[in-house]
Amino acid sequence: MSGLWDRILGRKRSALSAKERLQLVLVHDRTDLTPAELEELKDDLLKTISRHIAIDPDGVQIALERDGREQRLVADIPLRSVARRRAG
Amino acid sequence: MTAQVVTLTSGKGGVGKTTAVANLAVALAADGKKVVCIDADIGLRNLDVVMGLENRIVYDLVDVIEGRCRLRQAMIRDKHYQNLYLIPAAQTRDKSAVSPSDMVRVCDDLRSEQDFVLIDSPAGIERGFRNAIAAADRVLVVTNPEISAVRDADRVVGLLEAEEKYSPALIINRLNPVMVKNHDMLSADDVLDLLGIRLIGVVPEDDSVIVGSNRGAPVASDMKSRAGTAFRNIAKRLQGHDVPFMDLERQTGLWDRISRIAGGRK
Repeated sequence: MSGLWDRILGRKRSALSAKERLQLVLVHDRTDLTPAELEELKDDLLKTISRHIAIDPDGVQIALERDGREQRLVADIPLRSVARRRAG
Repeated sequence: MTAQVVTLTSGKGGVGKTTAVANLAVALAADGKKVVCIDADIGLRNLDVVMGLENRIVYDLVDVIEGRCRLRQAMIRDKHYQNLYLIPAAQTRDKSAVSPSDMVRVCDDLRSEQDFVLIDSPAGIERGFRNAIAAADRVLVVTNPEISAVRDADRVVGLLEAEEKYSPALIINRLNPVMVKNHDMLSADDVLDLLGIRLIGVVPEDDSVIVGSNRGAPVASDMKSRAGTAFRNIAKRLQGHDVPFMDLERQTGLWDRISRIAGGRK
């Protein structure tokens, strides 16, 4: 019955909530890294890279991802093109 | 003959480890295998009542380890299967009475005469868990399709992987196919995707499991019980047989629900 109400109220089904919440919790459990520590890591990473090359801070995406039982830190860091840097 | 030592563990308590050990033991014994179960939950003895053997206990695991009796004297023979024995946990001691090397020694003594040694691990990830996995050739992680049980199972899998000796397999216990169908319970696929380990069995939620425990007669010997069938299938897989997984979704039709409400299956 809860399913019907969920649909009427446009609510997410509880199994999906459980799965999404677990995905996040497990990544942090496995890496022993809190969300706050991950943020700190991202800031450090961007600072370090910025010292060497100009990056586009708005386009940065850094996240912990899982593949089976493996965790990886995936960073997508767009660089500012040299031409634009010169123009700017 | 060299026994396979199989430990069932879970991290979280109350997911059905003890019930699973009792049922797998009965199913293996029914297949003619020589089986010894060891209750490694020192101080919280339970496998004896689930197997219906609580009145026959004289000696326990700690008595064997501390040399107060011979191994054979602590082995309680099952009421129905001549080839099934239980070594009960001590009730008045704690887990510090046993060490991992004690468990290895006891299991090594059993190996030559048995086909399977099943070890019921206590909940948690401390000393009792370490004792329970010390002698294991295989570890089965028991979980429920429920957020806290899956999280704890993941911790246990991580610890087992760190030991590098084990590649654990998963038992998903108490899955309710109707709730899964209504997207209100994690499916077996969801749990597998989250934990990323091999599956050895899915056991549906089934009232007959509690009825079996009440009577001290595990449901694996009840041919009509769906959970019993699931446990028998896991026992076959432990013996190396390739048994297809039950189609639990199929039993969620209208008629099945009506008959369940009407108590038709009991």
